[in-house]
Amino acid sequence: MAELSNAPKPASEDLVDIYRRMLRIERNEDAVLASMRRGRLTMPYYSARGQEVIPSTISHFLNDEDQICTIYRGIQDMVAKGIPLKPLWAELAGRVDGTCKGKGGAMHMTHPETGIMVTTGIVGSSMPIANGLGWAAKLDGSKRVVIAYFGDGASNIGAFHESLNMASLWKLPVIFVCANNRFAEHTRYEDGTAVDQISKRAVGYNMPGFTVDGNDPDDMFAHASAAIQRARAGEGPTLLECMTFRFRGHVIGDDDKYMTKEEKEAAMAADPLPALRARLVSEGHATEEELTNMQEKIEKEVEEARDFGLESELPSLDELRRDVFAEEIPA
Amino acid sequence: MSEMVKMHAVQAINAALHEAMAADDKVLVLGEDVGDKEGGGITGITSGLSTKFGDDRVKSTPIAEQAIMGAAIGAAMAGYKVVAEIMMMNFTTVAMDMIVNHAAKLRFMSGGQTSVPIVIRTLTGAGWQTAGQHSDFLEGWFAHVAGIKVVCPAFPADYKGLMLSCIQDPDPCIFVEAGGTFFIPNDVPDDQGPIPLGKANVVQEGTDVTIVTWSAQTIRTMAAAEAIAEAGISAEIIDLRTISPWDKETVLASVEKTGRLLVAHEASRNFGPGGEIAATVSEELFGKLKAPVKRLGGPTCAVPFAKNLETAFIVQPEDIVAAVKEIMA
Repeated sequence: MAELSNAPKPASEDLVDIYRRMLRIERNEDAVLASMRRGRLTMPYYSARGQEVIPSTISHFLNDEDQICTIYRGIQDMVAKGIPLKPLWAELAGRVDGTCKGKGGAMHMTHPETGIMVTTGIVGSSMPIANGLGWAAKLDGSKRVVIAYFGDGASNIGAFHESLNMASLWKLPVIFVCANNRFAEHTRYEDGTAVDQISKRAVGYNMPGFTVDGNDPDDMFAHASAAIQRARAGEGPTLLECMTFRFRGHVIGDDDKYMTKEEKEAAMAADPLPALRARLVSEGHATEEELTNMQEKIEKEVEEARDFGLESELPSLDELRRDVFAEEIPA
Repeated sequence: MSEMVKMHAVQAINAALHEAMAADDKVLVLGEDVGDKEGGGITGITSGLSTKFGDDRVKSTPIAEQAIMGAAIGAAMAGYKVVAEIMMMNFTTVAMDMIVNHAAKLRFMSGGQTSVPIVIRTLTGAGWQTAGQHSDFLEGWFAHVAGIKVVCPAFPADYKGLMLSCIQDPDPCIFVEAGGTFFIPNDVPDDQGPIPLGKANVVQEGTDVTIVTWSAQTIRTMAAAEAIAEAGISAEIIDLRTISPWDKETVLASVEKTGRLLVAHEASRNFGPGGEIAATVSEELFGKLKAPVKRLGGPTCAVPFAKNLETAFIVQPEDIVAAVKEIMA
């Protein structure tokens, strides 16, 4: 993995914050899957279990003004950024109290208050829009940065290349964060991507590009910090290729036969979540008791959000004609 | 009383952009070659804007339609009003994901939390031997998508007034500029303000037959008007101006009066917007029609290059005269 000179190291509070975000993602997803199994949530769900370090570390450096554009495998990115869980759950359930009144769902969630501007179901489409938000940030003379989250498969669509070129040309405060989980839907990385590291593609667009251990909070911390600083300073975009692995297949319900048993077992044995917990305790960043309290608090928050979301009403049918345009469409 | 100024469409759009950018510093322009360094656009429509308003607000882009649309969408979501040029209408196909899946749907999918106030300016039209990939009228495609307004002016005053409205509109508008309408000077009031979207213009009143048309086809329909009158037929000619939402009220009132309808457009007839208009009139006014509704449009082929084939592709004034006579027979 790429070395950064004078790489900043996370302090105790940084690591605990990153872990808290990771745990919130994981506990939330666990409850989502349980509700799906009980038939309480009916939707395609794209798990990012195993990839939590990436958005948790990025979000550690973001404030409420900063914005993200994410993808259908993006609930972890939203939870890391701080989306409130109650409207998130109501949206997953397609209910009126959802972030989008139940009209977007898991794949198209928006919550501008917490900087979640676009969630797209179209591979590669987070990037061109992130550029526009970055252009606006520049025009506003603000210091805000925009994160475009995407997967390794998205680096093969034209929008990726167009976006990196434009962002570099215009020195936009956009950070392109690729979660390289080594599978584009069911296709292995090397069978779909001609270059061995996506970060190498940054060279063609005259921007810094790094391949980072996306499961290592220290490596992610150093690179996220540098990229965000660079963007805030007006020095332009960065491409971060964050190496990771997803534990649960492309979509919940697929039998992930395209992964080998060995690679999956090895990845799960190296699960970054318990690994960071153990480290927090062994290095003295937190006590067992503190972490248990943290977990209980998060689980309670998730349960409350779940109950709120599942008990919320369905949207009324007149919502079909609302929000198509600013003015309501005549019936 | 406002003074009349003779100008053509290119000047009218340019004037609208100048006015809108001067009035509101949130208005931005971007697209390939739109800056003055690059000539102010291939037809000069954006000429003078970057010199006056600066390169930050008027941005020439790489040839990258998805990136252009994405930049427009993102900036619009952040509070700007973006006029984005996709040089030729056929090139919108390269950016269809951004236009159809994102610009048109983000308000709805977000439950009204975000809006995308963009104007997509684009040029098209047969008659210039630009052939298959530079001439398509795709207004029917966009009209079928919820969440995007489709505007197809014919006259300079409408180009100016409708552009001003599109810029102020809180939702995405596709503004189709037709080469065939571009260099015909016409009167524009010197204080021409916004013209409401979705309102048709009755360019000629009549009692026997209603002709609904738009864009360059309006010019060709007007060229047929004299021959129609000479045949003793009183035609009401409606320039729709906005294809989506279209002015049903004006069209239905007119057909109720005349009992006959011809829809004429430049796009291929099959599955074209004429079908929607004809079907609506048939549903609403079945008992009042004195003749079957008729549609004129191009054949189902790409716009050809050879001059004779291209001329045959286009619905010509004499085709309109013949169709009107047939309806009256």
